[in-house]
Amino acid sequence: MNKAPVDTGRRRFLTAATAVVGGAGAAAVAVPFIKSWNPSAKAKAAGAPVEVNISKVEPGQLIRVEWRGKPVWVVRRTQEIIDGLPAIDAQLRDPDSVEPQQPAYAQNPERSIKAEYFIAVGLCTHLGCSPTYLPDTFGEQVEGVASGFFCPCHGSKFDMAGRVFQGVPAPLNLVIPPHQYIDDSTVLIGVDKGDA
Amino acid sequence: MVKNIVSWIDERIPMTATYNRHVGQYATPTNFNFWYFFGSLAMLVLVNQLLTGIWLTMNYVPTAEGAFASIEYIMRDVEYGWLLRYMHSTGASAFFVVIYLHMFRGLIYGSYQKPRELLWLFGMLIFLVLMAEAFMGYLLPWGQMSYWGAQVIISLFGAIPVIGDDLTLWIRGDFVVSGATLNRFFALHVIALPLVLVVLVFLHLIALHEVGSNNPDGIEIKKNKDENGWPKDGIPFHPYYTVKDIMGVAGFLIVFCYVLFFMPEGGGYFLEKPNFEAANPMKTPEHIAPVWYFTPFYAILRAIPDKLMGVIGMGLAIAVLFVLPWLDRCKVKSIRYRSMIHKVNISQFAISFLVLGYLGAVPATPALTIAARIFTLTYFGFFLFLWIYSKNEKTKPVPERLTH
Amino acid sequence: MKKLLIALVALVPTLAFAAGGGAPLEKANIDLNDQESLQRGLDLFQNNCAGCHSTQYQRYERVATDLGIPLDEMRAKYLPEGTKIGELMENAIPDADAAKWFGASPPDLTLVARVRGEDWIYSYLHGFYEDESRPFGVNNTIFPSVGMPHVLEGLQGLPVKQEDGTLVATGGTLSPEEYDQVVRDITGFLVYSGDPIKLERERLGWWVMGFLFIFFVVAYLLKKEYWKDVH
Repeated sequence: MNKAPVDTGRRRFLTAATAVVGGAGAAAVAVPFIKSWNPSAKAKAAGAPVEVNISKVEPGQLIRVEWRGKPVWVVRRTQEIIDGLPAIDAQLRDPDSVEPQQPAYAQNPERSIKAEYFIAVGLCTHLGCSPTYLPDTFGEQVEGVASGFFCPCHGSKFDMAGRVFQGVPAPLNLVIPPHQYIDDSTVLIGVDKGDA
Repeated sequence: MVKNIVSWIDERIPMTATYNRHVGQYATPTNFNFWYFFGSLAMLVLVNQLLTGIWLTMNYVPTAEGAFASIEYIMRDVEYGWLLRYMHSTGASAFFVVIYLHMFRGLIYGSYQKPRELLWLFGMLIFLVLMAEAFMGYLLPWGQMSYWGAQVIISLFGAIPVIGDDLTLWIRGDFVVSGATLNRFFALHVIALPLVLVVLVFLHLIALHEVGSNNPDGIEIKKNKDENGWPKDGIPFHPYYTVKDIMGVAGFLIVFCYVLFFMPEGGGYFLEKPNFEAANPMKTPEHIAPVWYFTPFYAILRAIPDKLMGVIGMGLAIAVLFVLPWLDRCKVKSIRYRSMIHKVNISQFAISFLVLGYLGAVPATPALTIAARIFTLTYFGFFLFLWIYSKNEKTKPVPERLTH
Repeated sequence: MKKLLIALVALVPTLAFAAGGGAPLEKANIDLNDQESLQRGLDLFQNNCAGCHSTQYQRYERVATDLGIPLDEMRAKYLPEGTKIGELMENAIPDADAAKWFGASPPDLTLVARVRGEDWIYSYLHGFYEDESRPFGVNNTIFPSVGMPHVLEGLQGLPVKQEDGTLVATGGTLSPEEYDQVVRDITGFLVYSGDPIKLERERLGWWVMGFLFIFFVVAYLLKKEYWKDVH
């Protein structure tokens, strides 16, 4: 071993420089590993916007379509239901849809573009189960409210605009997906107007 | 704070002691040269293979119907999937480049000799498992070369008398290479063999640190210790060889990444052209050759004009390396202080190995077959001659201390 | 020892050039940076080849993006009815029908450039010539007894093999030079299809090389600094 005096400053600088450059390299190497977990081109293609023909939906009926692998509901609400929505505001957590669970164009009392058609992602905001549509027997869950959605997993309840009731585990209203009307009978789910 | 945590751990497991034994206070000869980079590089490539392998498994489909398309899915649809795949495929070839050079280092400096026989044996087992790992991995893309290469290699077992045919059927799990074969190779490639490999690497390192590293002079540095019991020609592994190996890694990565980014097919040797065509059990590619790292042994197989003898010859070419520590009866380790005949012998062995590698990659012609036979003889001749002349070899005097 | 290393290095090129063989191939000279050529190649491929040959591992959207084609134009020109832009380009005839018509199902061509090489494709599309003994009336110099008609005959004309072995085509709508370009465009598109990431890979590769060079220099200086203790 050579016992010549050591230039500690230079040594410390070079150690730090190597550590920084090497660390940057290691971080860069992590990028492909992390990014490869993003949805692939295949998943994105499968998650492309879906066109739904709504002309055949009866009043009171719910149809399900798949968008990005999730159930999306289209419910045709009767005038009676629409008129009844404001009456239960007091029992809800977020009656005015303040939380950003919907696009701006659906931030209205009906939470929809057209009041007649309610379109929502059919997944409970608690832990992701799909609630059951109770068109006639919802009164057993909430007295005086004829129809709504009831989550079988942990008992969360939503009204006919997907608004969550108080006193249930779910914290937020149901999500309204971006969507737009191509014509009177066709909805495109997955894109806002002007995005396509 | 850090000190407290360290001593808390040290009271429970020997963390600091282990670090010192294997890194901080591991006495390493001062005179390592270029050849000594390949051990740490092999570790680097192993880590690369494990990580990229795990990530590839996330999108690979191990079925005969889905495998080929899933590779293209990784190459095209998965973000940076192409990079992960090329890291793995280039890494496979790099692994063998590094391992062959690492083994050659052991050969020229006598690193297999007493007391490092077990170290060499663990290394040879790693080499063997690595070949199995590479062979099984090559089936997974389910291209034409994957398929027919597996077909040929598995058929080698058919040369074994009496049980041969039943054995090949059992290995394949079908009458030809099929989805059943693919599934079991996948399981072995991603789970079983990597586990074995990691355990063997661990044992290889334990064995190395027990006996200490050899060096280009082939002198035991432990024989010359100072008053503190520290070898006079030794330096601690950290920081001296950690910084040197970091430099080696940087140099290696320059070559590795150049191949990866600018010639990932390696001129058709790392990724063979016919393997871009999905496996077709009805049609064999015109020229089928194993991947380059198997070609020396494949050439020996082809050179012997008898199925069973060919398989035995190929097996022997690998097996004979295992007994190298006992074939070499010379007491001097390094080529630096050994006889001219030994230098010539090692040189001809290296040339034989490379020429066989070349011959195994090209289509056999009568002239090339004769060449393959000659070099098969010289390949085995190396071991025979070594055994003969090493008994009473005229060696040069070995210095007391390391030279630089 | 040095000599051994030199011998090692000297053997590498022998190994690298060992592959190949067969009929001499013409140079394709394609340029992956020439997007217009690739766009023409896609157009030619879709109109002349895609009826039988799929490129089933790539997606319309990716091809459009890589080749600089607006998505709406891609949809209008090349997407079969009911196909979405994100889908795979699987628009070929069913395998069973194809096997009936041609004796074998036409192979998928996504990766043909990686299997055969660009010069092979270029030469193959130049290799058709009149041969009445074949089912489609044509044979191919590069792929003898090929089971495929000369699809581009309308453009090139029908080449006839001369006594000296050269092929002379007459009756096509294109001049020989124009036909060369058509074939080069198709070849370029297939080379792109085989390895769509190539340009991005190489671009990224230079950054990586630059980074590694800096890393090497720093690591070298660090090593030298510490090894002053030893030497």
